Amino acid sequence: MIPETVIQDAAHEITRQAAIRIPEDYRTGIRDIRAGEQGALSCFVLDTMVDNWDAAVADQRPMCADTGLPRYYVKFGNEAVIQGGFVALERALRRATAHATVSVPLRPNRVHPLTREDHNNNVGSRAPEIEYSVEPDADWLDITTVHKGGLFGTDYRMLFPGDGWDGIKKMFLDTMIQFGRRGLACQPAIVGVGIGGSKDTCMVLGKQAACLRVVGDRHPDPEIAKLEDELKELGNQIGMGPMGFVGNSMVVDCHIEIAHTHTGGMPVSIHSFCLSSRRAVVRIYDNGSTEFRTDPKWFTTYHRREEVE
Amino acid sequence: MTKAQQKIIELDAPASAERLAALNIGDVVYINGLVYTGREGVYRRILDQGEKPPTDLAKLSNINFHCSPAASIDSDGNYTVGAVTATASFRFSKWMERWFNLTDCKVVIGKGGMPQSDYRDYFVPKGAVYLTTVGYGTGALLGRGIKHVPKAYWVDELGIAQAIWILEVEHFGPFLVESDIRGNSLFEESKQEIDKNIEALYAGLKKPALRRYGETTKRTDEVI
Ligand code: SF4
Repeated sequence: MIPETVIQDAAHEITRQAAIRIPEDYRTGIRDIRAGEQGALSCFVLDTMVDNWDAAVADQRPMCADTGLPRYYVKFGNEAVIQGGFVALERALRRATAHATVSVPLRPNRVHPLTREDHNNNVGSRAPEIEYSVEPDADWLDITTVHKGGLFGTDYRMLFPGDGWDGIKKMFLDTMIQFGRRGLACQPAIVGVGIGGSKDTCMVLGKQAACLRVVGDRHPDPEIAKLEDELKELGNQIGMGPMGFVGNSMVVDCHIEIAHTHTGGMPVSIHSFCLSSRRAVVRIYDNGSTEFRTDPKWFTTYHRREEVE
Repeated sequence: MTKAQQKIIELDAPASAERLAALNIGDVVYINGLVYTGREGVYRRILDQGEKPPTDLAKLSNINFHCSPAASIDSDGNYTVGAVTATASFRFSKWMERWFNLTDCKVVIGKGGMPQSDYRDYFVPKGAVYLTTVGYGTGALLGRGIKHVPKAYWVDELGIAQAIWILEVEHFGPFLVESDIRGNSLFEESKQEIDKNIEALYAGLKKPALRRYGETTKRTDEVI
């Protein structure tokens, strides 16, 4: 049985880690893209970002003053039992968020959308968001926090089957270019592309593809993996780098997730996870022990299954 | 691998005309001395509503930072600023000319710059420059440069995000010179260069079945 207090402490810890420490895979991705960068200004921006990440860890302060919107992705092992049940879990995550807002501190970014009232704790109606998935034959609980910033770099379109791969490429270019200028998207980013599903699943999938897969990961379907490579390359051929300067680093990596969709349509969503690609994960075992990491391992074979069991 | 090799400049506040004249777009600047924050809340209150500035800003500094600090005020009235990040400046265009006239501000620090026409119309006549933050997620580095917060004005009236924060800074940066006193713009220069390649990227991609509303030439057009 997993105690509520363990969940709250662990959630607080990943929230702190996410704000301060850039995940290693993203850092390596930036190092690799920097090695091929030709633009002098783009090089300068990338070097400065690395300095900033070092300063954040050394001083234990958030890497970006915009600490994004903290949210959680919970994966339940099918055999996991939580003391107090789901209600206790959600209570622990909301409390951890409010506590971390003061202790880290995080910027109190969450406001009422109309009155703009701020509770000063990043908690509110449907905030932080909590999304769920399950995994068979496991008694652990995985909690991932993502602090996605950025008001720019996201788009959704209903394309049609006949638009095909060209349509997706065109939309990809549009999104990268329009939000890349002046660096609105704080690129180079991990770009997530959701294809298919309903409008809402399409948006959710694309966001998860950006935020819950690590740099270097490829989709198990070789055809989709090829498309990921192709889009990454296309983005880096635009001629634009960080801050919209001349360069060739727009896309640190590209991840595509698909969902079966309406026979007449091909919804597509694109999401950019910025230079502060903040995510941290904890696995909590049935005996209350914890293990921290930065790879969410969200998209499992079970999660992507197509067949009727 | 190209080595980043911009000119690096330590700039004392208030910034002198000679030092500003020597800046060129793409130079890297660090600031030492006093800077103040001010954005739409301050501009609206002073320039639109005619309120008197709470202190003689011209005497204090000539560097205006478009910023909302992650700041707090403890029970003894002491100020703490953790990380700082600039806010997008293009929204403040309409106030800049009057702001320059009133405060003798010569350096604007912000995020993402302004249209080049703003530099030509408002900045160049005053000998003012625009510095942009880098990245833009360099909150930790910028936070390091703030040594002391001597004073904050209008916290009650405008809230933490919009108040005027006086920041005492040391090696505060890095910033990039986005517009120099001649009105050149780094973003504009990059845009010109990048735009040469844009059409070629789309060459050969077939048009989608449904156009977007903005892609049509007239608002009365259908999107199909
Ligand atoms: S988009 Fe990311 S890096 Fe840019 S300001 Fe927001 S959180 Fe920071």
